[in-house]
Order: sequence, then structure tokens, then C-alpha cells
Amino acid sequence: MRLFSRANALHLGLIALLAALFFTLPAYHTGNLARIMVLAVFAMGYNLLFGYTGLLSLGHALFFSAGMYGLGLAMHLGAATPAPAFLAGLIAALIVSGVVGFLALRTTGVAFMIVTLMFAQAGYLTILYFGSYTRGDEGFVIQQAQRSLLGIDLSDDTNRYFAALILFAAALLVTGAIVRSGFGRTLVAIRENEQRATMLGYDVQRLKLIAVVLSGVLSGASGAAYALLFGYAGATFATVQYSIFPLLWVLLGGAGTTIGPLIGAIFMFYLIDYASGLTNAYLLLVGVALVALTLFASQGIVGTIRARWIRWLP
Amino acid sequence: MSLLSTRGLTKSYAGVTANSDIDFDLPMGQTRALIGPNGAGKSTFVGMISGRIEATSGTVSFAGEDISPLPAHKRIAKGIAYTFQITSVFGGLSVAENIALAARRQLGTAAPAKVAEVLEQVSLADRADQTARDLSYGHQRILEIGMGLAQNPRLFILDEPTQGLAEAEIDAFKALIRALDPATTILLIEHNMSVVMDLAEAITVLDQGRILAEGTPAEIHSNADVQSVYLGTEHA
Repeated sequence: MRLFSRANALHLGLIALLAALFFTLPAYHTGNLARIMVLAVFAMGYNLLFGYTGLLSLGHALFFSAGMYGLGLAMHLGAATPAPAFLAGLIAALIVSGVVGFLALRTTGVAFMIVTLMFAQAGYLTILYFGSYTRGDEGFVIQQAQRSLLGIDLSDDTNRYFAALILFAAALLVTGAIVRSGFGRTLVAIRENEQRATMLGYDVQRLKLIAVVLSGVLSGASGAAYALLFGYAGATFATVQYSIFPLLWVLLGGAGTTIGPLIGAIFMFYLIDYASGLTNAYLLLVGVALVALTLFASQGIVGTIRARWIRWLP
Repeated sequence: MSLLSTRGLTKSYAGVTANSDIDFDLPMGQTRALIGPNGAGKSTFVGMISGRIEATSGTVSFAGEDISPLPAHKRIAKGIAYTFQITSVFGGLSVAENIALAARRQLGTAAPAKVAEVLEQVSLADRADQTARDLSYGHQRILEIGMGLAQNPRLFILDEPTQGLAEAEIDAFKALIRALDPATTILLIEHNMSVVMDLAEAITVLDQGRILAEGTPAEIHSNADVQSVYLGTEHA
């Protein structure tokens, strides 16, 4: 089908563009972009649950930090090499999101938001409580010598950029495939009309749990990669701020679009970067920009482009 | 053999009994109309059959199996399709995707052929790409019926399908139901007596949560109890 090939072409083109940008942009921006691509994976995970399934979580920092500490503690305390440590991060996120999903999905709507928020707070406090291992707010550094995968030093700028790009590309292609699959379209059906989906014979509760776990594992992959590529894990990443960030990135970029999370993360990152260069009160400028965008492009950047001009955007 | 049976099916809402002790049998392949005045408990009854509404007591059997303990989606998966009284389509999705969602659970990758077939059947093929919420009310009702058909149901429950439809649309609906596979068992809640008399092979009349009468259209037509409920005539 034509739509599918166009969507694939867009995704592959975006990945190629990001690869080309490394060779054309100054080092400052490629450094930023590496960080943004890793965080965009977090946003894509969030988008799968919020944008496609219609479940608004306020606790995704928990899944991000489960991945981050899964990898970080395995390397820091267990002296694991990056590959098994990354797997440990994914497994940690899988377990945490499975348990949280199982319990939180007994609620809906606002209660779901509150319950996920509370779980994330409990996770943050747990990290602080076990401060002798996690070093709490201060966090810990993952030594450069440890951060080498298949002989490739991931602390090197070039290697780090392309490692981030590979992760981003994998996440983009996987989410692209998920949302076009029958499963992904059923998630959209749940978002649109949950009762109707049930009365078409779909096990909505089970599908939602799968969506939470997929979303959690993607977020965890982002957290693990962040710790690995930037060599640091700290409790700040488990605070409520990191539950709000993916929501903002997705809202700004366009909920329920495959490339919206990246666009939103780029926009927000450079908005803060630019505004903080102008004034100390940069958060005020950021706030005004966010309000304006919400007022005039309520579907986010990519969502608005899709609604007004390019209907086929995935 | 009965495709659907209920025994002692009862629903009370905080002391108010909406359905009380209903024993009901629907033979395979029959088109049955369920009629009764507003508030008679028709929607509650089919809600308990489909699993949308939890029964206070009683059992529901489908194809010889007690389905009372099953949640709604598992009952639907056994071959029951349910169309809502208040139109309930996926408003933000296209007409074709609405029908595809109904077909895909059973058919998987074979769904597109079924979607094309149903779109023709309900005469919505030229609107396949339109967003469902942009359709007229009448077309949304037809889409709702199409979503039922796409499930190839053994039992098709229609809750007031012609409510709010224009005369021509009602005729199209009648033709659609008549053209269905005669093996499809239909339970039709309907207020429009011309639809009931044209389509139903048998009629069940509910009143105040109980079965008041059951029989062929002719029998129901001449039943004194039914006339009194509908027309308020007194009789000895």
C-alpha cells in the first residue's frame, strides 16, 4: 500500500538526514542532537501510550529511571559490560512497567494519572532510600573505561552520536511498524472509543497493559542509553519533572504522530537553549511559547501539519 | 435448538427492578423483535446478554454454553455482535477503518476483503475514506450496522437501529436485514411497528421488566394484554 511506503520513506529519510547532520552541524549542535535523539526515544515510548492509546501517565520518569538504574547499577556495582547491562535496564523497565501497569490500569482517567504519579514518586523515594547504593540525588558516574561496546568507545562524540542515532532509528522503525499493525490500530480504537472496542470483542484491558509495557520498555531503553552514553545516573531523572517532559515533548511535537516526539524534543531543547541565552527569566519565555503553541496549534507541530496540509503523515 | 437462552435473568438498580426473572429462548436462525414501552427494560435485557450490564442474578446460555461468567469481550468473541442504541462509532477514524476494526479481530490480514464487501452491502463504499464523525446521523447508524455485519455474527443484537432514520433509510435497512444469511439469528429492539411487522418472525413483548407476551406477529397484534399496554385500553 502506498501510505505504508510513504511512511517508511519518511522515517528512513529522517534517519538519513540525522546521519548527514552530524557531518554538517558544528560540534555543539551534534552534541545536543545526540542527547535529543536519546530523549526522543523516551518521548516515543510516552507517545505510544498517550498519543496512540489515549492513556495519560504522569509517572513515566519511573520507567526511564528503571532503565537508567538497571543499566547503571549493573555497571557501577556489578561491573557489568554495556551489553548485558543494557539488557538489565530493559528488564528492569519491563518488570516495573508490568507491575505498575497491572495495578494502575484498574483505574481510568484522572485516577490513572494520580496513581502513575504516586508510583513514580515512590520510585524516586526508593532511589533516595537506597542512597548507599544509588548515591541518591548526587548520583554516580559510569567510568569512561567501562563505556565501551564491542571495542567502540561510547564516550567519543562521533561514536556516541551514531549510537544514539541507531537507538533512535530502531525505536522509530519499531513504533512505526507497531502503529500501522492491527495491534496499533486497535490501540487507536481504544483511544477513540474504549466501550466500542470492547463491544467489538477486543480484550481492552490486556491490550492496554501491553501498551503500558511497550511504552515502559521504550522509555527504559532511553534511560539506559542516556546513562551509558553520557556516563551518569542520578535521582533527578526520577523526579516528576522527567514525567512531565515527555508529555510536553509529545504535546508540542504532535501526539499520535510517529515523528512528533523528536520534533517536540528538538523544539523544547532549543527553545530553552535560546531563551536562556537571552535572559535569566528564560522559563517565562518558554512558558509563553508553550501557551502560544497550545492555543494556536493544539495538535502540536506535526499534528497541525497533518491536519492542515499533509494528511498521510503517519 | 436455541442459540440463546436466559433463565431467571434479573437486574435491580438500588431497589428498582429493571428486569425480573426473564426466561427467554431464541431459536437458531430466527429474527426476533423485542418490543415494549419506554422503560420496559429492553436495553437492560440485551445489555445483560451481551455482557455490558452485569446481571443481578440468572444465567445466559449461548450455543449451549453458559456464558454468564464471561466478560463482554469474550461473549462478543463467541459470535455476538451488538449495535448501540446511541450511535457509538470511532468518530475520529475513517469509515473503512471503523469496519476494519470490526472485521480484523477475526479475520486478521483477510479483513480488507470483508471491509470492501460490507461497504458495498451498506452502500457506504463511496464514503469509505470519510471521517466517521463527519457522516450524517443516518449514515452513522448504517455504519454501526455495517460494523456488526463485519463480525459475521451468529447472533446480531440491534438496539433500535432505525431510531432517527428517514423513511427511505428505514426501507434500506429492512432490505439489508432481509438480504442477510438466513442462518443469522437476530434480536431486534424496535419501536417502529412497520419494521417489526416486516422483519420479525416472532415477537417478545416486555413490560415493566417482565415478558408480557410472546408469539408470531399476528398473535401479538391481536393480543389483548399487548394492546392494553400500548394503547391503554382496559379489558376484563
